[in-house]
Amino acid sequence: MLYREAGQFKTSYRADNQTFPIRIDRIGYFVLLAVAFLVVPFFVTDYMANAVLVPFLIYAIAALGLNILTGYCGQVSLGTGGFMAVGAYAVYKLMTTFPEVNLAIHVLLAGGITALVGTAFGLPSLRIKGFYLAVATLAAQFFLVWLFNKVPWFYNYSASGMITAPERTLFGVSIAGPATAAWAKYLFCLVFTVGLAWLARNLTRGATGRKWMAIRDMDIAAEIIGVNPLRAKLSAFAVSSFFIGVAGALFFAVYLGAAEVGEAFGINKSFLVLFMVIIGGLGSIFGSFAGAAFLVVLPVVLKNVLVGQLGWPTDLAAHIELMIVGALIVTFLILEPHGLAQLWRVTKEKLRLWPFPH
Amino acid sequence: MKVRFATLVAAAIATGMPAFAQELFFPSMVYRTGPFAASGIPLADGYADYFTMLNERDGGIGGVKIKLTECETSYNTEKGVECYEGFKGQKPLLIQPNSTGIAYQLIPKVEADGLTMLTPGLGRTSVKNGAVFRNTFNFPSNYWDGASIIIKHLLAENGDDLKGKKITLLYHNSAYGKEPIRTLEELSKKHGFEFNTLPVDSPGQEQKSQWLQIRRDRPDFVIMWGWGVMNSAAIQEAANVRYPMENIYGSWWSGSENDVRPAGDGANGYKSLNMHGANGDYPIFADVAKYVKDAGKAAGAGDQIGSIMYLRGVYEGALAHLAVLKAQADNNTKEVTPAMMRDALEGMEVTEEIMAGLGLPNFAPPFKATCENHGGDGYALIQQWDAKAGKWSAITDWIQSDLEVIDPLVKADSEAYAKEAGITPKC
Repeated sequence: MLYREAGQFKTSYRADNQTFPIRIDRIGYFVLLAVAFLVVPFFVTDYMANAVLVPFLIYAIAALGLNILTGYCGQVSLGTGGFMAVGAYAVYKLMTTFPEVNLAIHVLLAGGITALVGTAFGLPSLRIKGFYLAVATLAAQFFLVWLFNKVPWFYNYSASGMITAPERTLFGVSIAGPATAAWAKYLFCLVFTVGLAWLARNLTRGATGRKWMAIRDMDIAAEIIGVNPLRAKLSAFAVSSFFIGVAGALFFAVYLGAAEVGEAFGINKSFLVLFMVIIGGLGSIFGSFAGAAFLVVLPVVLKNVLVGQLGWPTDLAAHIELMIVGALIVTFLILEPHGLAQLWRVTKEKLRLWPFPH
Repeated sequence: MKVRFATLVAAAIATGMPAFAQELFFPSMVYRTGPFAASGIPLADGYADYFTMLNERDGGIGGVKIKLTECETSYNTEKGVECYEGFKGQKPLLIQPNSTGIAYQLIPKVEADGLTMLTPGLGRTSVKNGAVFRNTFNFPSNYWDGASIIIKHLLAENGDDLKGKKITLLYHNSAYGKEPIRTLEELSKKHGFEFNTLPVDSPGQEQKSQWLQIRRDRPDFVIMWGWGVMNSAAIQEAANVRYPMENIYGSWWSGSENDVRPAGDGANGYKSLNMHGANGDYPIFADVAKYVKDAGKAAGAGDQIGSIMYLRGVYEGALAHLAVLKAQADNNTKEVTPAMMRDALEGMEVTEEIMAGLGLPNFAPPFKATCENHGGDGYALIQQWDAKAGKWSAITDWIQSDLEVIDPLVKADSEAYAKEAGITPKC
């Protein structure tokens, strides 16, 4: 009744093609942005920022990146953890080599370096597809982790191979390092997340995105109608790796503050981000956010409810938490194989017709 | 919409945490789940039972009850951050992360938040330099001490000569496992033995190729820096390739019952470091049995009492206990703050009499912390597993590490950190 487009007339292509064609969606989107930018920073606590919001925003960027590659271009990748490590080590080297340069620039440069590495590892995609490509990217994952363990230059010859983010400021406000305020961390990540989500949305609905989707749907047909597979696939790898690199840089510099490659960027990370994309919805911007929220926020909420509210023993809660999250994943995938994004779409469709579905 | 909802739920929970006063709050970062649980469970049980005993027997410390809250980290740094952020606002008196990876993350944070952290025999070794690392302590011994003590023991066993001997370090491929490498490299230069390293990727169940390599290279001694499931897997593999057990030396995190039992008789003779005594019948256990076990208040399943890692947990609890006592005496107050704990740890002197007074005679090495030295004097002993009797026994007295080699390394590493992080050393 409330949620429908009746009476909202589109008089131009521009209006017809906008991201949120229904007015109430548009309003909701701007309200959400306003709350995220103008309200949350004033109320965010250290716990909220460091345990929930910052990891959610960072994983959302990584999921967006992987979604571009896997969801939009159809190239399965298991190298996400490795590419995040490239972003993290790149930003660490940049931060310690050029301490006077602003961290935002370093993060973007780290994304750029990851894009180069990602493109190089994307080359096999020109010859192999599907599961075989997944295995090739798995090689990237293991090779990169091995590299950052093996070559001491990457971790500045520290005794234990750990990298630690030194304190860095932006406009006089500390962004990385132990003294960073919760709101500063949150806002810094939020700016990147919103900016990159906006970029992803516009890339995927433009000519580049249509080429990616053509390759995904049928690469031979795409080639026949004039899509250059080399450029389409490599550009997908580059853009995707850029996103993942930025996520890795933020993950290390802003969120964790110290990291070691095997633990923070191991194969588990690759799977985690892949699950976010699959659970959220392949080929959907909203799905990337929903998947990240599901796998980052839900365990924290469950833990706080089971241990904090119900007072269960921590080990029991940890096991139950794994079981609940696992069961929910299975349930969601059975009920809606296209992920949370499709669930959201169906809900909206039903809302439009409600209360007269016939 | 989903995001905002989750945000609200979590915010409601975060703000709903109870505030408290008149309690000594100790967070306990535990890992009772995951691949490191075999080592983590007894450690957490020992720490919890020690405080339960103090509460039941003495009504807390100095008459103030202790509140111990566990937070499950699964030895995972992200969960560690979540735990730390959850309790840091509640004035945690002493943080013991029991994980080198998490310790690395928390070192700068505890400094910024004015909290105090103790990483006994773990964490970042160069924390020993208290001039740079103001709020973190790692007495009684650190990883580099441990590596040096093993070499010293080997020297003593081999007529003070290790020239031409081959020593291989099998290590958990993480910050923890890499810690001793630098020291062993220095020592190999000093004593002329050949030194090799073999990394095992976390968590470490899969070590076939490493042990095949050991069988091929035939090193005279294997030093192992393992944790959790890696330890039992390594000992099992060593037994499979028939590597002589008495030539394997584990770190103090690789020498507990849970590590050797799975290999059965094959593990007989395996040696490891320890920073405290190994036998389970110290007088304190009469009190643990009376006030904790028999009262049905034991943490976990209650089946770990007296094991090596349980003793480690008790030792961590005892150090915290002593620090609170000192802080209460120094400041003439019952209400201790994290800052008072820091000062107390910095001036802490633990002697044999003090430990015996706690019911732990001949248990831990005496040490004295100062502003410059947050790491004690570097004593540990070597213990050996007797599979028939099913127990560990110390085979050496306390051995002091080669501080001539270690002190310059600590200085170099801490100064590099100070430079990177922009810290001016003060003492």
